Amino acid sequence: MTDQVRFLAKNLRVDLRLIAGMIEPSTRVLDIGCGDGTLIDELFTTKGCDARGIEIDMAEVTRAVAHGLPVMHGDADSDLAHYPDDAFDYVVLSRTLQAVERPREVLRQMLRIGTRAVVSFPNFGHWLVRWQLLRRGRMPMTATWDRMWYETPNIHPCTIHDFFDLCAVEGYAVERWLAADEAGRRAPWRRFPRLANLFGEQAVFLLRRGAMLPPRPPGAGGGSSGG
Amino acid sequence: MDQTAPLADLPHQHVLFADGMALECGASLPELAVAYRTYGALNAERSNAVLVCHALTGDQYVAEPHPITGKDGWWDAVVGPGRPIDTGRYFVICANVLGGCMGSTGPRSLRDAAGTRWGTDFPPVTIRDMVRAQKRLIDHLGISRLFAVIGGSMGGMQALQWAADYPDAVFAALPIATAAYHSAQNIAFHEVGRQAIFADPDWQGGRYWQTERIPARGLAVARMCAHITYLSEEALARKFGRRLQDAPKSAGEAISLFGDMFEVESYLHHQGSTFVRRFDANSYLTITRAMDYFDLAADHGGDLATAFRGTTTRFLLVSFTSDWLFPTAESRAIARALNRAGANVSFVEIPSDKGHDAFLLDEPDFHRTLAGFLSGCAARAGLAAHD
Repeated sequence: MTDQVRFLAKNLRVDLRLIAGMIEPSTRVLDIGCGDGTLIDELFTTKGCDARGIEIDMAEVTRAVAHGLPVMHGDADSDLAHYPDDAFDYVVLSRTLQAVERPREVLRQMLRIGTRAVVSFPNFGHWLVRWQLLRRGRMPMTATWDRMWYETPNIHPCTIHDFFDLCAVEGYAVERWLAADEAGRRAPWRRFPRLANLFGEQAVFLLRRGAMLPPRPPGAGGGSSGG
Repeated sequence: MDQTAPLADLPHQHVLFADGMALECGASLPELAVAYRTYGALNAERSNAVLVCHALTGDQYVAEPHPITGKDGWWDAVVGPGRPIDTGRYFVICANVLGGCMGSTGPRSLRDAAGTRWGTDFPPVTIRDMVRAQKRLIDHLGISRLFAVIGGSMGGMQALQWAADYPDAVFAALPIATAAYHSAQNIAFHEVGRQAIFADPDWQGGRYWQTERIPARGLAVARMCAHITYLSEEALARKFGRRLQDAPKSAGEAISLFGDMFEVESYLHHQGSTFVRRFDANSYLTITRAMDYFDLAADHGGDLATAFRGTTTRFLLVSFTSDWLFPTAESRAIARALNRAGANVSFVEIPSDKGHDAFLLDEPDFHRTLAGFLSGCAARAGLAAHD
């Protein structure tokens, strides 16, 4: 193991730490848009998961594989169709949903090949985003939304409310959800979707296929127990 | 070129299976020789063996000087102490393929006690036959599971065949710059090479071993044609451009129509003439045919995923951006079939302007990828870390 880089949990990106908290040990996990494989490495070393990744940026893929992590070059929009049904316990999409071409189809594929999906995304409903658009009449530029409109890869931004709606339409059960600020702090407002949608800079959802329980509509209250 | 001496019968380390081997075509070889080389040491658990499969014109001399040319091993940059396939950690095995001409049974081998060589009567062999011959060697060495099988080009075809035929005997498979079937374009290039050999009067219907002459010109043309397919347009432009070999010295000297004009021509001539000193024409015919026959999906009802269903082997597929002989799309197709089979697959395309040959050359990203993948597999296989 001398030549293998080990990432320390404390250095884990905030949303990745929140995602890792939603994943049971010794499960099969596919991380879509896994970057250099930080999360799959964490899941393998600390939870004994069979974690694999797909990444579109070839330099990141090379870095991940050179660290001994099972990562393949691929695209969320076109490669998920090649996985069989129920191949994984969890399919993770961290901060990528807003950048794919067909978010709805990607979610469908995720919950076809996995029993559960963990999705994190930056919340476009955050008050600062709203305020900037209202005050300046221009596309917001914040710590989270930090690229000009003509060069951002984030072509499908959504709010926490929007995401709840999509889950309802698609019949996905929201098993857990939480909102956090960029530092990952989950203040009291996390329990209330309306407040979470205003103050949460990012959200993490744990979804299950086939609504055995109807997803909670926005405003009904009651966040999850967190991670 | 015409005076090139026939291949010498050099002694090669080998194992002889006196019971021979039945081939896919239905014919049987009365005896089977598998010539091989090993590097590093097999550990007590016999769990650190890495089988390297060579390409069309390669051989078992992976990491040591070649007995005929004296040149460094063909994968010296990859196999050795501290190299990506670290011989301080792994026990590396490489066997000359069935049908080859460096000591394994092939068209040059004697077919009977009277000393007759097989020549063109040598039965057609397949990639699967090659792999079965290697399996005999691995069994002979007392290894029940290979830590890894790795190969580029035709070697990658063998790695795929190994993983499909002996999934329990392969912990990790690394098919590099390869495809699950030989494309029509690749078959076409091979056919040009074969026709060049047939057209050489010194080929003598394949019985050239009865005289002292070999079809050097035909084999050299085959090699020259094939060599172009191993390079990229960028690599040729970078290495040679349109540079002339010998500019006319005086105004009165006519530009020669048939001499070496461009540097790229002289390079190809050199490639051809050195190749014929170390390779047998009938082996070239046999092995190119084996590659052409290769279609792993067709052997599994047309679906490549079926070949790997339920496999626990970990895969690393690598392709190179400028490789137009085995383009990235072919590796991606394999990766997707492996996904359909639920296999654990890593897949990287390495940026390189060196064409298909990139897998043999100094490509740091490729070497880092290989080393890291093997290390990761070693951790998961419980292979002790080296100190």
